[in-house]
Amino acid sequence: MALVHDVLVIGGGGAGLRAAIAAAEADPKLNIAIVSKVYPMRSHTVAAEGGSAGVIKANDTLEEHIKDTISGADWLADQDVVEMFVKSAPAELLQLEHWGCPWSREPDGRVAVRPFGGMRIERTWFAADKTGFHLLHALFQTSLKYESIQRYDEWFATKLLVENGRCQGITAIELRSGLMQPILAKAVIVCTGGGGRIFPFTTNGAIKTGDGMALCYRAGAALKDMEFVQYHPTGLPGTGILITEAARGEGGILVNKNGYRYLQDYALGKPLDIHDPRHPQLRTMELGPRDKLSQCFMKERDKGNTIDGPYGDVVHLDIRHLGEYKIMKKLPFVRELAKNYAGIDPVYEPIPVRPVVHYMMGGVHTNINAETSIPGLFAAGETACVSINGANRLGSNSLTELLVFGARAGQGAVAFAKEQKKSDTAALERQAKDEQERVRKNFIAKTDGKERIATIRTEMTKTMEEGAGIYRLEAPLKATCNKLAELRDRFKGVTLDDRSNTYNTELTSVLELENMLEIAEAVAHSAVNRKESRGSHQRTDYPKRDDENYLAHSLAYRTPDGPPRIDYLKVVITNWPPAERTYGEK
Amino acid sequence: MSEAYRRPVSDTWWLKNPNYRFFMYRELTAVFVLAFLLVFLYFLRQLASGPEAYNAFLRRLSSPWSFIFHTAALVAACFHSSTWFNLTPKAVVVRKGEEKIPDAFLITPNYVGWLTISVIIFLIATWS
Amino acid sequence: MAERTITLEVFRYRPGTDKEPVFQNYTVPFRDDWVVLDALNYLKDQVDGSISYRWSCRMGVCGSCGMMVNGTPKLTCAAFLKDYYPGPVRVEPLANFPVERDLIVNITDFAHKLKEVKPFIIRREEKPVSEGEYLQSPAELATFKQFSMCINCLLCYAACPIYGLESSFVGPAAIALAQRYNLDSRDQGQEERHDVIFRHEGIWECTFVGECSEVCPKDVDPAGAIQQAKVGGALDLVKSMLMPRGAR
Repeated sequence: MALVHDVLVIGGGGAGLRAAIAAAEADPKLNIAIVSKVYPMRSHTVAAEGGSAGVIKANDTLEEHIKDTISGADWLADQDVVEMFVKSAPAELLQLEHWGCPWSREPDGRVAVRPFGGMRIERTWFAADKTGFHLLHALFQTSLKYESIQRYDEWFATKLLVENGRCQGITAIELRSGLMQPILAKAVIVCTGGGGRIFPFTTNGAIKTGDGMALCYRAGAALKDMEFVQYHPTGLPGTGILITEAARGEGGILVNKNGYRYLQDYALGKPLDIHDPRHPQLRTMELGPRDKLSQCFMKERDKGNTIDGPYGDVVHLDIRHLGEYKIMKKLPFVRELAKNYAGIDPVYEPIPVRPVVHYMMGGVHTNINAETSIPGLFAAGETACVSINGANRLGSNSLTELLVFGARAGQGAVAFAKEQKKSDTAALERQAKDEQERVRKNFIAKTDGKERIATIRTEMTKTMEEGAGIYRLEAPLKATCNKLAELRDRFKGVTLDDRSNTYNTELTSVLELENMLEIAEAVAHSAVNRKESRGSHQRTDYPKRDDENYLAHSLAYRTPDGPPRIDYLKVVITNWPPAERTYGEK
Repeated sequence: MSEAYRRPVSDTWWLKNPNYRFFMYRELTAVFVLAFLLVFLYFLRQLASGPEAYNAFLRRLSSPWSFIFHTAALVAACFHSSTWFNLTPKAVVVRKGEEKIPDAFLITPNYVGWLTISVIIFLIATWS
Repeated sequence: MAERTITLEVFRYRPGTDKEPVFQNYTVPFRDDWVVLDALNYLKDQVDGSISYRWSCRMGVCGSCGMMVNGTPKLTCAAFLKDYYPGPVRVEPLANFPVERDLIVNITDFAHKLKEVKPFIIRREEKPVSEGEYLQSPAELATFKQFSMCINCLLCYAACPIYGLESSFVGPAAIALAQRYNLDSRDQGQEERHDVIFRHEGIWECTFVGECSEVCPKDVDPAGAIQQAKVGGALDLVKSMLMPRGAR
């Protein structure tokens, strides 16, 4: 009766597919399941544009990539993990090339690399400016080769089944029928992405609601470094649609209302003339790290130098000097997006941009092997926090992260699964029945609710933006924490219009909102407790980095009916002791 | 579990948008081409059957109906041919380095060839 | 000043409740920069939470939000209300697919066909990763690049009258993806894809209506892919007749 597999992957994006393929290759005799609330090609990996970093060229070294990543992370990254990540990266990217990913090439047929923010040497592999799309489709199409991988497309996971001290499966709703069923497994890998949708303006698609983070959180795993939320400096105003960092990698510049390249005022080096062959200079000006660039926008705004727009303040990203030919060759998608969603042609006009929420450095606490604190439960990708990204992620490290840790999770899950002999089926089925009843009682059968989903969701995003934005302060953060507690309470009174079975997307919306409220609290409470400024977490009341007290990861643990409990875990330092984080040097 | 709903496709699907209609007209030209071919085969047969049969056929050829039919068939054939000539770049891709050569380079030779062969046949036919 | 509005006529089908689909009319605020998807989200949030549809990225790359807008297959995240003003705007599920619920169609047929065309690199012998990348010149990449841009949105299947009449047709996107791999210089799997492409329900069902390429939001030109496959197939046939022990 029950559905049973050896390894179960939740999430069919880059990390999930890579994990499933790794598991299938590690032991073709095991059966692997991928459970995803959307068809895999809809996963948000598809929207990534710029590229994927890996050391491949003669002028680059592993040590340089490690140093860039560690300093980019403002020393909050675990250095042993970063070392492993950087060493594993080239092989993973080559594997993807062998699997058909159409990496852009040099004239001699070798893979090409482009400059990217925060990196001293060019090492970002790219597939035009739709790298995530090509990477995802290459992985998805390759996964079709493996008979041992079975997919559950449009099944929504609602709970991790933990019994006898280990994770033994999940409950999930088949959206077509509305039926919730347990799916048992010897090992579970969570690859459900981040949760940018807790903020009002984000590059993230609708599906990025932190589901997997919430699943692990409820099962007792800690959420690590949740306060570190990356704002991408160049999103379109209003929609938040991403304009890739590659636009700056190819030489695009950021100017304020006076046409001035304002980044030069903020210790990011000196600007070169745009026609200088050495422009853009790595780790300088527009190729500084994302957290600093987003913070510069805020400072310019405070000075009154930003440009007024219908959706708030913007600055201009100018790529006109690249010329139509180069734009069509290297940034065609940027042109398409600007024309469709900003109403301008970047060949002739600058693009209005502003920082928007893009990525969560934080996530489910895992070790270097993608293991969580719960035996049998693994996590990889944006869902997880290993941590290689620390307080700020460098652009193009994330796509590589999917591959490296997806593969590791898959291999680890296979090794774990092979050791498990029995499963506690009866107890698991009882848990599943309870979960079925919980969802039915709280949402489907509930008739006395008063609040609409959208009301609570909008208030949540508003308070997150107000208290947990780019610059934070104690009082607004505390207000956000209180507001979220209030919303957690009001959530109990939410009502659905839709009580049917087939593709009840209102039910999935309310479950997603439940997940978002959980992780939002983890973000807010971790932020209020970290009394320092580091990377993307900037406190105007504690403007300095405090290595003495805070060279540690925040761990947020769920409590039954209150705010999360915050604890700390020291960062692993190997060869690179904390130093000053500087950019703009020659 | 409930059944998915299958929407019926109507017989007049091709009236729904101008591209579908264009497609149907293009396909219908084949009817005229076929009809002309049948007339032509009959012509050959009459030619082989001796001067009386051949002359009878020639008289019918000069009737108004025949004129209308042949004009329509010629228009249809020209339409048919030019739509297919214009679609050549879709079926045949020639690249110079990374770029495709301009469509005109593939389309024009068809028209030139057509014109040339037509002229040659015309000259042969009127030579005596 | 009265706020401008626009009417949406939304196809509704609730299995179990509705025997037949119905159209429900809704009035939404008209905003200059709203797309049809924004209007649907407004309705779902504020007016009727029971409208079901798929969406995610809002930027035309995930392929989730394909629907019929005034009879034409479109990505609703790229269909601007201002192009339909004053409306009404008729929103229906993608044509030629069975409707599961409201604006959601069953696409398992495509998922099946995608797998059938073996859309992955097939090689007689794999080079180990330690030996580096397969060399591929920019010109070689250009050969298949266009066909690799498919986001699987299935607008082409909704536009294809052949698929509408005969659902066994392999279809535009699947064939374009087969061509993408056949043309990739790293692939050696043409023979393995031969049957699925050259059987009756493969490329020969296509009568080159060309509407698939018209509606494709990513300029993949699946019609071109199919005609090129036909030319390729015809040439191969001639070659195999002239040189039976085939030099290929």
